[in-house]
Amino acid sequence: MKHESIEINSALLIILTLVVISIGGLVEIVPLFHIKGTVEKVEGVHPYTPLEQLGRDVYVREGCYLCHSQQIRPFRDEQLRYGHYSLAAESKYDHPFQWGSKRTGPDLARVGGKYSNEWMTQHLIHPQSLVPESIMPSYPWLMQPLKYQDIEARMKALRDVGVPYSLTKAEYEANVKKFGKDMADQFVIANGIKSVKAEAAAENWDGNPKEITEMDALVAYLQVLGTMVDFSKYNQGYFSTFR
Amino acid sequence: MSANTVAITAEQYNYDIVKKFAIMAMVWGLLGMSAGVYIASELAFPFLNFDIAEITFGRLRPVHTSLVIFGFGGSALLGTSYYVVQRTCQARLWGGKWLPEFTFWGWQLSIGIGVVLYMMGYTQAREYAEFVWPVDLGILVTWVAYATVFFMTIRKRSQPHIYVALWFYLAFILGTAVLHIFNNLAVPVAWNSFESYSLFSGVQDAMTQWWYGHNAVGTILTIAFLGMMYYFLPKQAERPIYSYRLSIVHFWALTFLYMWVGGHHLLWTSLPDWVGSVASAFSILLLLPSWGGMINGIMTLSGAWEKLRSDPIMLFMITAMAFYGMSTFEGPMMSLKSVNALSHYTDWTIGHVHSGALGWVAMITIGSFYHMVPRLWGVKLYSTKLVFTHFWIATVGIVLYIVSMWVAGIGQGLMLRAFDQYGNLAYTFVETVTFMHIPYVVRAVGGALFLSGMALMAYNLYMTVWGARREVVPVAGQAAVAATRV
Repeated sequence: MKHESIEINSALLIILTLVVISIGGLVEIVPLFHIKGTVEKVEGVHPYTPLEQLGRDVYVREGCYLCHSQQIRPFRDEQLRYGHYSLAAESKYDHPFQWGSKRTGPDLARVGGKYSNEWMTQHLIHPQSLVPESIMPSYPWLMQPLKYQDIEARMKALRDVGVPYSLTKAEYEANVKKFGKDMADQFVIANGIKSVKAEAAAENWDGNPKEITEMDALVAYLQVLGTMVDFSKYNQGYFSTFR
Repeated sequence: MSANTVAITAEQYNYDIVKKFAIMAMVWGLLGMSAGVYIASELAFPFLNFDIAEITFGRLRPVHTSLVIFGFGGSALLGTSYYVVQRTCQARLWGGKWLPEFTFWGWQLSIGIGVVLYMMGYTQAREYAEFVWPVDLGILVTWVAYATVFFMTIRKRSQPHIYVALWFYLAFILGTAVLHIFNNLAVPVAWNSFESYSLFSGVQDAMTQWWYGHNAVGTILTIAFLGMMYYFLPKQAERPIYSYRLSIVHFWALTFLYMWVGGHHLLWTSLPDWVGSVASAFSILLLLPSWGGMINGIMTLSGAWEKLRSDPIMLFMITAMAFYGMSTFEGPMMSLKSVNALSHYTDWTIGHVHSGALGWVAMITIGSFYHMVPRLWGVKLYSTKLVFTHFWIATVGIVLYIVSMWVAGIGQGLMLRAFDQYGNLAYTFVETVTFMHIPYVVRAVGGALFLSGMALMAYNLYMTVWGARREVVPVAGQAAVAATRV
């Protein structure tokens, strides 16, 4: 066939172009949903609690991903600086993923538990008061009240995309089996508002016990990052079998 | 085409819609690049965030990227594609007055609303696809209308051959549609909420996003602008394209290969190694069709090199091709796993993007606009000298930008992986931040220079259209002048 026959036939040109541009994506993306081992088998990874999820939504809103990655690579310097390299399993409940592409600030994939709640709050309100050379903006408005009335709608939407928050008794039972009763209770969609209040009250996230603030939620989210998997339970080399 | 010259008048082609897109491209370009200079300054001098939520770096950065890619680039592409499709098909734009008009307002409103929502904190947090779901739907509807206008105009062409530039615009339209639809699949929190959660999560979401992310670069910023190049560069050079055969080969190779390379944004991550390796291999292959395009563009001028001395518009176009060649060499190099280990997460990537975005995309657009705008309005360019000035300001700006980002990126990459004699990390993270201060200042200066070049261009084009027209119109009439310029 001469190329000219494509040049004079617009329908043929359109169809061939569509075929050509579709192949790459099909070959690279579709198998990721089917090949076992794309997401590692590992214990401990669970959906975010309602308060943590709301904190994550604040993280998304402020565009934190534009300066902070959440993806540690398997290099010696990153191991020393941030900890064990990130697993695919650790972001399997992340809608959207927040791996990031730029480190204007450090990686946050395992920031959970590294600093106190007090430090986190102070740092978010005014980073330069703790790290004078920092170029991070201040986020004083995070001390405003958290809007959590729509948490059930949020959990429902997340359930629609595959996060196992529970609507029915059967789903709840399955969660108890998988994540334990304490966690499963928090994943009940109908209890959303109650869970937010309980979790905010349980710990002094932002130093202001009187009010549930966006800071409470964001700090709760940051403190859980990278803490779900207990790496001491696995042999060195176990995770490399999945790469 | 000389036989048709007399018959072609401003009424035969719909130039009105092209003019509108051209004006908005300039408006978004100035706004988007101003946002860019501002966020660059925030990184150098963080007090500029002023504790105002709406203008912090995290909210303003998508404003910058969306305005320059979709506002400036998108408007330039829709506008020039309407111009090129009419002229090379010798047919008036399909869809009457209102369908093209709809694509104009749909596009501008989507972008305008989208970026205001960013500042209010509504984002999908997917790079270059941050628009919230209602805006995405608006874009989708606009895009379907645009594709219809474009395809139907091709169908009623009076030339049997579909000109090369149109293949590229066509691949851009199809590719963008596919990418936009699949990367924005999401479930809204509620029908009256701007917020949504992406359909995919984690590793699959990451791969889908970077399949999109790199092909926003590949399909929009490369393939579409090559369409622009294939029309305007030979036109301005008054010579046929160097090799027709080369344009066929590199068109198919480029459209095929680009869609494979998104995974190179995720090397060494939790994405399975096989995807990264395939993406890297295809990235290296991509060098060939990329340089095929560059050679085809630059060699079109062979035998007429003296134009580079006398014609600053040609200078813009050829320099754009050179930057295209440079960044399409740098890209494959950065997708080598060992290079990527250092470059990823650093400003080297930012510099690379801008050598493509400023050097290639903006410069080919600037050259094409200097060629097209006087023809649209049937007037002479106000000042060629100002075009020369623009060229040098822009070029110095780009060089400052790229070099400072090489220093910042490679410097940070090396510092982060440095160890002392005891095997401990040699630098804390914040020491690399301090190191990057001076490169960040230089980058902001480079960006400001490029922006001032754009302001000069806006002035020149303004004077061309509204300053000079008064002298021309009474003499010959707009339509008659347009006719002689075909």
